[in-house]
Formats: sequence, C-alpha cells, structure tokens
Amino acid sequence: MSNIKHHLTDDILMAYSAGTLPEAFNLMVATHLSLCDTCHAHLASFDAVGGEVLDTPDADIAMDTASFAATMALIAGGPTDEIKVTRPKGTLPAPLQDYVGGDLDQIRWKPVGLGVKQAILPTSKDASARLLFIPAGAAMPDHGHKGTEMTMVLQGAFQDDDDYFARGDVETADSDHFHTPVADIHEDCICLAVTDAPLEFKGLLPKIAQRFLRI
Amino acid sequence: MARGAVTGEVRVNNEDKTKKRLLWVSHLTRIRDNQDKAAFAELYAHFAPRVKGFLIKSGADASLAEECAQEVMATCWHKAHMFDPSRASVATWIFTIARNRKIDVLRKQRRPEPEELTWGPEEEPDQADVLALQQESELLGRALADLPAAQRDLIQKAYFGDLSHSEIAAETGLPLGTIKSRIRLALERLRHVLK
Repeated sequence: MSNIKHHLTDDILMAYSAGTLPEAFNLMVATHLSLCDTCHAHLASFDAVGGEVLDTPDADIAMDTASFAATMALIAGGPTDEIKVTRPKGTLPAPLQDYVGGDLDQIRWKPVGLGVKQAILPTSKDASARLLFIPAGAAMPDHGHKGTEMTMVLQGAFQDDDDYFARGDVETADSDHFHTPVADIHEDCICLAVTDAPLEFKGLLPKIAQRFLRI
Repeated sequence: MARGAVTGEVRVNNEDKTKKRLLWVSHLTRIRDNQDKAAFAELYAHFAPRVKGFLIKSGADASLAEECAQEVMATCWHKAHMFDPSRASVATWIFTIARNRKIDVLRKQRRPEPEELTWGPEEEPDQADVLALQQESELLGRALADLPAAQRDLIQKAYFGDLSHSEIAAETGLPLGTIKSRIRLALERLRHVLK
C-alpha cells in the first residue's frame, strides 16, 4: 500500500498506546497511522501489552456497592457518542482534516517569508502542531531543538542530510540535532510538524522571526 | 517423572487461561446478540475494578475513577458489535476504551483517531484466527508476568502512571538511559514471544 521508509519510533508508539502523549503528538501519530499499515500493526502489539497490564488484578481496588446498578442505568440511557463527520479522502488524512476543517484548500496559510507558509493547528498547549508549506527547492531555516520535533511529509518531499522523506515518512529529531531540510525541486512540499519545545534557530534574524512564527 | 508432571500441569493451566479469554469473547457476543445481562455482570465483575485501578494509577481520585469505570463498562455494552476477537483480546479492547476515556476526562484533550480504525468487523471473523489471537494474548500475558520485576515494573508505570520516561526517572531514581534500555529489553522479550 505504501512506500513509507521512515516510521514512528517505539517510544512514540508506546506512549500513544498508553495515552500519555500531548495532543499535537497524538495528531501526528494518528495522521501517520492513517497512511502506514506497518505502524498500525505495531501499535496493535503495544495495545496488547496495555491490555495485559490492565488485566493484572489488584486486591485493594473494588467497585462501590451500587456500582453495577448505576452502570445498568447508564446503559439504559443509551450510547453517548458524538457523531463523527466522515470526510472524503484527500491529501490530508482524516485526523488532520478534522483539525483543518477540510482538505488542502481549507488551510489558512500565513506567509512567514521566502515563500514559506505555515498554519498553526489548535491543540493543547503542552506541544504545538503546524502545517508547513515549503516551495519546491527551498530550504527551512537551519535549526536545532530543545525538545522533540517530528515532521511528516503530506505532499512533495524533502531531503535532510543523507535522508530523503516522501509522503508518509516521519523524521524524528531530538535535542541537539541540527538540521536543514530542503524541499525537493519537483513539487512544493507540505508537512505536518509537531514539537514539544520552541525551536532554536542559529543566527539573529531567525531568532527574531521565531517570535512571530510561534515555533 | 516429576518434571513431566509439572510441565503437563503448566500446559493445562495455560489451556485453562486461553479458555477464560475465549469465554470473555463469547460473553461479548452474548451481550451483542442477546443483550445478555448475566454475561455482562460477569464481565463487569472481572474488568470494572481493573479499569478503576488503571484510572486511579493514572492519577484519578477514587470517585472519578469509579464514575469513569462505569462509563467504560457501559461503552463495552454499547460497542460490543465493534469488537473483533481476531484482532484483540477483550482485555486489550477494554484497555483502549479506558485509555481514550482517560485522555478525555483526566487530560481534557481531544484524541485524534487514525482513519479506518481496526475495530468494526464487517463479517464474523474466522474461528481459527480468533483462537490464534487469544492464544497469542495468553503467551504475551505470561511473558509479561515472567519479566524480571524491574522491567515489568517500568512497563506498568509507562502504561498505568501518567508518566513520561523522564518523570519515571525522577520517581524511581533510575537514570533515563537505564529506563529506556530496560523498556527496550522488555519489549524485545515480549516481541520474541509473539513471533
């Protein structure tokens, strides 16, 4: 189904399974899983570990006395699920479309200079998610990280040092990793990028830009 | 002689445990097809306290955990038709429901879900696949129980406690590198079993 070469790390998949990631990273994982059968299968084994951990008895914990009756009353009240909007398939996988409100044509881009554009997505504050538009052949500013940054290609491709990232590929960069992704010459590149700390840019101008970019 | 007897006993024990897993599967089928309250009561007696424990260890107070565990069990009733026993054990399925509830209620965040989420079989799964999956779950459960205590403890902390690896480091006093390598080691052992 896909030619994805750069996958999610065990750390990230396990934390997704455990439910301990910030919302922005959950969005990244859900978006990647929508395109990647390999990671989907991998996640199933992490969920299986979670199931076994859950199924460990603990003699100290019991339900309240009226608990079962209360649950039957909840059941009688019917399901409480919100209705999910089903969206037509597009360039953006469904979980991203939910945040954008549609496909590519619904993204509200803000120019950030040199043809680069971005759109910040509404997530909880413990990490941030944004879409990036990098014109074909253009470079992102040279930057390092305080925390973890993950970047996934949705359209086009980019080259970072020796590695080539195409649709569905995820680059995971930890702190003290300096890199300069360059968009492939053939097509404008659109990426989802999430980070749990502000990026550090080398040089003064990018530092000023950073305050406006909110990255 | 004695050794053979012990091995035989262990095997019977494992078969019993797989039977137990298949029993939970048939309970969910009875709930789905017949709204069977007796089956639900048994499922509840086993899993509701485990879900409550999971939520308490994730940072909920006892009354919130009680309330959420009831909601999780009610969801099991309503979503019984979505359960696919050729893809997960009942414990795993309930774990994912409890985990999603934890994100909603404890962390107050949206939970983005991937496209075509696996739950939701179109037709009855093949019985051989169901048996294979439930046996595999039993092997995994045993492998987890057999892990060295230090490794098992960290795996449980990673799932139960709402802790990042660096927070586990602070709580246990272990260096981050040790935690990561113990978890990696544990996962390798578990994976070896699932081959």
